[in-house]
Amino acid sequence: MDFSLTKEQQMVRKVVREFAEKEIAPKAKEIDLTGEFPRDNVKKMAKADMMGIPYPKEYGGAGGDYISYIIAVEEISRACAATGVILSAHTSLACFPIFQWGTKEQKEKYLVPLAKGEKLGAFALTEPNAGTDAAAQQTTAILEGDHYILNGSKIFITNGGMADIYIVFAMTDKSKGTRGISAFIVEKNFPGFYIGKIEEKMGIRGSRAAELVFEDCIVPKESLLGKEGEGFKIAMVTLDGGRIGIGAQALGIAQAALEEVTKYVKERQQFGRPIGKFQGLQWYIAEMATKVSAARHLVYYAAWRKENNLSYTMEAAMAKLFASETAMEVTTKAVQIFGGYGYTKDYPVERLMRDAKITEIYEGTSEVQKMVIASNLLKM
Amino acid sequence: MNILVFIKQVPDTNEVKIDPVTKTLIREGVPSIINPDDKNALEEAIRIKDEYGGKVTVITMGPSQAEEALREALAMGADEAYLLTDRVFAGADTCATAKTLAKMAQKLEHDIIFCGRQAIDGDTAQVGPQLAEQLNIPQVTYVKEVKIEGDALIVKRALEDGYEMIKVKMPVLLTAIKELNTPRYPSIKGIFEAYREKEVKIVTAADLGIDPQDVGLKGSPTRVISTTTPEIQRAGEIFTGNVKECVQNLVQRLVEKHLI
Repeated sequence: MDFSLTKEQQMVRKVVREFAEKEIAPKAKEIDLTGEFPRDNVKKMAKADMMGIPYPKEYGGAGGDYISYIIAVEEISRACAATGVILSAHTSLACFPIFQWGTKEQKEKYLVPLAKGEKLGAFALTEPNAGTDAAAQQTTAILEGDHYILNGSKIFITNGGMADIYIVFAMTDKSKGTRGISAFIVEKNFPGFYIGKIEEKMGIRGSRAAELVFEDCIVPKESLLGKEGEGFKIAMVTLDGGRIGIGAQALGIAQAALEEVTKYVKERQQFGRPIGKFQGLQWYIAEMATKVSAARHLVYYAAWRKENNLSYTMEAAMAKLFASETAMEVTTKAVQIFGGYGYTKDYPVERLMRDAKITEIYEGTSEVQKMVIASNLLKM
Repeated sequence: MNILVFIKQVPDTNEVKIDPVTKTLIREGVPSIINPDDKNALEEAIRIKDEYGGKVTVITMGPSQAEEALREALAMGADEAYLLTDRVFAGADTCATAKTLAKMAQKLEHDIIFCGRQAIDGDTAQVGPQLAEQLNIPQVTYVKEVKIEGDALIVKRALEDGYEMIKVKMPVLLTAIKELNTPRYPSIKGIFEAYREKEVKIVTAADLGIDPQDVGLKGSPTRVISTTTPEIQRAGEIFTGNVKECVQNLVQRLVEKHLI
């Protein structure tokens, strides 16, 4: 048993942290206020080879390990959670299914530019009537000659409208239920593909959540990812990995809040001494630090299992559940400790609290994670 | 174009402690970084390589953990790395250090040798110039701009009150200042390559064919008696009050100093 990071992983953390503190963090507040998508951050991450960390070099990736990738998401999210989810959705949800199920041609055409960061990716599963019940897909794909015709719409799609390449799920055979769902690689300029409503969000405001509309969208046959009917499996396995990424995002947010609090309680004076001298606050901080540490171990453990080709569905769900709830709890406590100041935009903790909330919701709500964990345990 | 870059791993703080007995720095427990000026030197070397082709070799003398600094340099884009490490190198002053580094430089082809201006731990700014003397090649210190022109370099050298433009033939040693460039971040791909595909070669005193008496503490003529912060000789003085008072004070001070 060895809990230490490798030299490589330590250097990845050091380099990404320095990068995030200098290049990403200074703009986090403004991105939150304006809700503007941080294209610049994406460009800089691409330049630093961060957009395809766990993929082989022959496919444009950095040729690194999964834990290094997870550390990068954590460190970027510690600086700016909106940028963190752009990285996580791109790497875990868009690159991964192409890497795992793509043909050689699909990998060369799509994974290479994605992993190099020349193009941005997105993953489109959720629909207005297919959220937690993801199997209730209403988007259809009908094969006509050498192409599929897609009709329907997706909502809340991270990187929607900003991405160049989308993994889109649609029903190819409604009679087969989940086995009738297929996955497609859709380029942003395929005819009949439109961007609809852009959501105005509570947190991670710089990231994009958009509606995708398919109106007789023409998708070449070669864009089918995997086989017809494999779509639901592709979505579920992809989300297993995505959850480790969101766990890392939540961890980064929680870590940032913990650091803000640690600094603040030493500076803030009440009753003639720093408030960190009061045992009530010390207990809060001890609990926060313990939970952040536990979350980190769960997230890294799930990443380690994935890296070592062990099953990780349940561990990823546990990591995501615990890390996101920790992020929510720690950021809420942080606002409380900052008091009135914490409720203002003069300090970053209210942003961290708003950013934390989504981690309990997307890529499977906390309740979904519990369903996954229980079904893995009980197998009934 | 063969470029050697000599770097130093230094503690990442200005509050280093000094051993009261040996008067040398205590490095334990302080996070280590590549000396900032050395990073500028490395960046310039890699930039020149990117533009003109060639090879960048990075070299450091230090304990085994200095390998980390070399790995980081490799991750930034250096091609080869040498770690000069040997018990007999310990305690070297700038003279013994320069002698040791010169032995290494002589083993490698070089057109340009880059050093940082000075290290944030010792602040001597001596190793670069001494290395050039040991190698008997020209040196340009405080470099803020480099251009290549045939077999020569056009170098802009920063001075306190301006700059010099110097044309110098290669091989040459340059010492870099932070105004020279903004060092790149090591790329993430570069980190994996640095650990998996590149090698840090270990070099001992025996490998260099150097007499142990000439290096390390034994080869160091410098004896540190004590370390103090020099007093500021000249300091500005700000007069406050209204204009009339200020002018009166100013005139009075100038008269006192026999300046008017």
